[in-house]
Amino acid sequence: MQIYLPIAEVSVNAFLLLGLGGMVGVLSGMFGVGGGFLMTPLLFFIGIPPAVAVATEANQIVASSFSGVLAHFRRKTVDLKMGGVLLIGGLTGAALGVVVFNYLKSLGQVDLLVKLCYVVFLGVIGGLMFIESLNAIRKARKAGGSPPPKRRQRGWVHALPFKARFRTSGLYISVIPPLVVGLFVGVLSAIMGVGGGFIMVPAMIYILGMPTKVVVGTSLFQIIFVTGFTTMLHATTNYTVDVVLAVLLLVGGVIGAQIGTVIGARMKAEQLRILLALLVLVVCGKLASDLLLQPAELFTLGTSGGH
Amino acid sequence: MLRVLAALCLLSLPAHAVEESVVLGLSKDRVAITATFDGSDILVFGAIKREAPIPEGDPLEVIVTVSGPSEPVMVRRKERKFGIWVNTDSVLVDSAPSFYAVATSAPFDKVITNTEDLRHRISINRAIRSVGADMHIQGAQDFAEAVVRIREKSRLYSIRENTVAVDEQTLFRTSIAMPADLTEGDYSTRIFLTRGGQVVSSFETTIGVHKVGLERILFNMSRQQPIVYGLMSLAIAIAAGWGASTAFRMLRNS
Repeated sequence: MQIYLPIAEVSVNAFLLLGLGGMVGVLSGMFGVGGGFLMTPLLFFIGIPPAVAVATEANQIVASSFSGVLAHFRRKTVDLKMGGVLLIGGLTGAALGVVVFNYLKSLGQVDLLVKLCYVVFLGVIGGLMFIESLNAIRKARKAGGSPPPKRRQRGWVHALPFKARFRTSGLYISVIPPLVVGLFVGVLSAIMGVGGGFIMVPAMIYILGMPTKVVVGTSLFQIIFVTGFTTMLHATTNYTVDVVLAVLLLVGGVIGAQIGTVIGARMKAEQLRILLALLVLVVCGKLASDLLLQPAELFTLGTSGGH
Repeated sequence: MLRVLAALCLLSLPAHAVEESVVLGLSKDRVAITATFDGSDILVFGAIKREAPIPEGDPLEVIVTVSGPSEPVMVRRKERKFGIWVNTDSVLVDSAPSFYAVATSAPFDKVITNTEDLRHRISINRAIRSVGADMHIQGAQDFAEAVVRIREKSRLYSIRENTVAVDEQTLFRTSIAMPADLTEGDYSTRIFLTRGGQVVSSFETTIGVHKVGLERILFNMSRQQPIVYGLMSLAIAIAAGWGASTAFRMLRNS
């Protein structure tokens, strides 16, 4: 069944969208990631204009994170104070990101920027995850048990001023690192149409030293507000949020996520991670080849937004 | 109002100035883009009205054009920079129709001469106007050609020779297929009658292409009240996501 998307102004098969949403949902349920970083490039591939894909994906992330954060609130694994600090950085970053996005859009370089961001981040994250999980599998084979976790480093992060106490996380650190992390993820969220969990979560664990149990809930909490803000910015400046597209992806995504959770529970963590790493690298490779190989059509058409 | 004016114009002309004129019918004069819009076929048919017997000589040929609203198009060209392909030069093509279809009753160069084509802007290349191209960009002409090539590929531009059926030099009909990815606006439909490559009569009408229903409401809202639209999108998405996950959980628990 073809469905005409009112804002994207293209006609797409509704089942394709539900299927895409479902597939990414399965993966996000299996791996516990938001899936925005996979969905947005997939939307590019099926012919949704990049500006619409990025803005709509932000809208979808708000909704898919919402039920997640409710569950974390019930378990009291959200550090509201830390979330608030991250949020201040995040909102500033999102505003900055939309300004950069619109400026490059007027220059006709926005597709390039979005794709470059994807290639770099997917490449780095996918590569790191792949190496790390390979090592983990090798170690598990050799020793038959996991080595005792290393003590967290107490380096430059703890030497900065403006310290504050984050009770839920059991931390007493400067507010500067969370602000910077929030800012950075906010910029990415606006430019790439992702929640940024895949950067935020490692940053919270390795840079801020937060305990793992509050990391996911807090990052979801922050992501909802930042992507919600991004959605509003895109909706008011670019008019590129397509609610029909968002709802279709979402319904598929929610159902897929439930299935994914069941599959994920039956697999080993290292296997899951290595699969996810491979998947990320494949998407990265496809995007990179688009940039590196000579395109079949050298010309592109756009509306006369710029000068 | 326009029709009255047109009628007045016709009346004011001497009777013999237009020997053959078009009486037109359209299978529909408006195309509604609904949520399930999947392209549309428009049947253009008509008859030729004449006071005198059919003239001797060259047979009558018919050209039908349907043209979407014209807009400036920014065309960008990619070049290899630092190993990756980057948009570099850009040319603003002043005016190019969003959709353009030409149907003829014989091969194009048989039905109309080059001069007449130029005068009435019938062929695809003539329908695009690009005067403001920067001279310092090499191959500015390539940019206008790119518009035609890309839009022909996505079936927005097409020339369909020999697709107008003409019976007894009096009745004609053709079908114009419009793809799903249409822009809104008034699509001007022109019919030219030619003999020996010369236009002997022409007729023009419009087909309105508009979003309707939900599509219309959402589109208007996103432009006129972007804040409300943004908040509504968030609310709908959250409700849908939360609803779907609650429903699924209840389904599994029961």
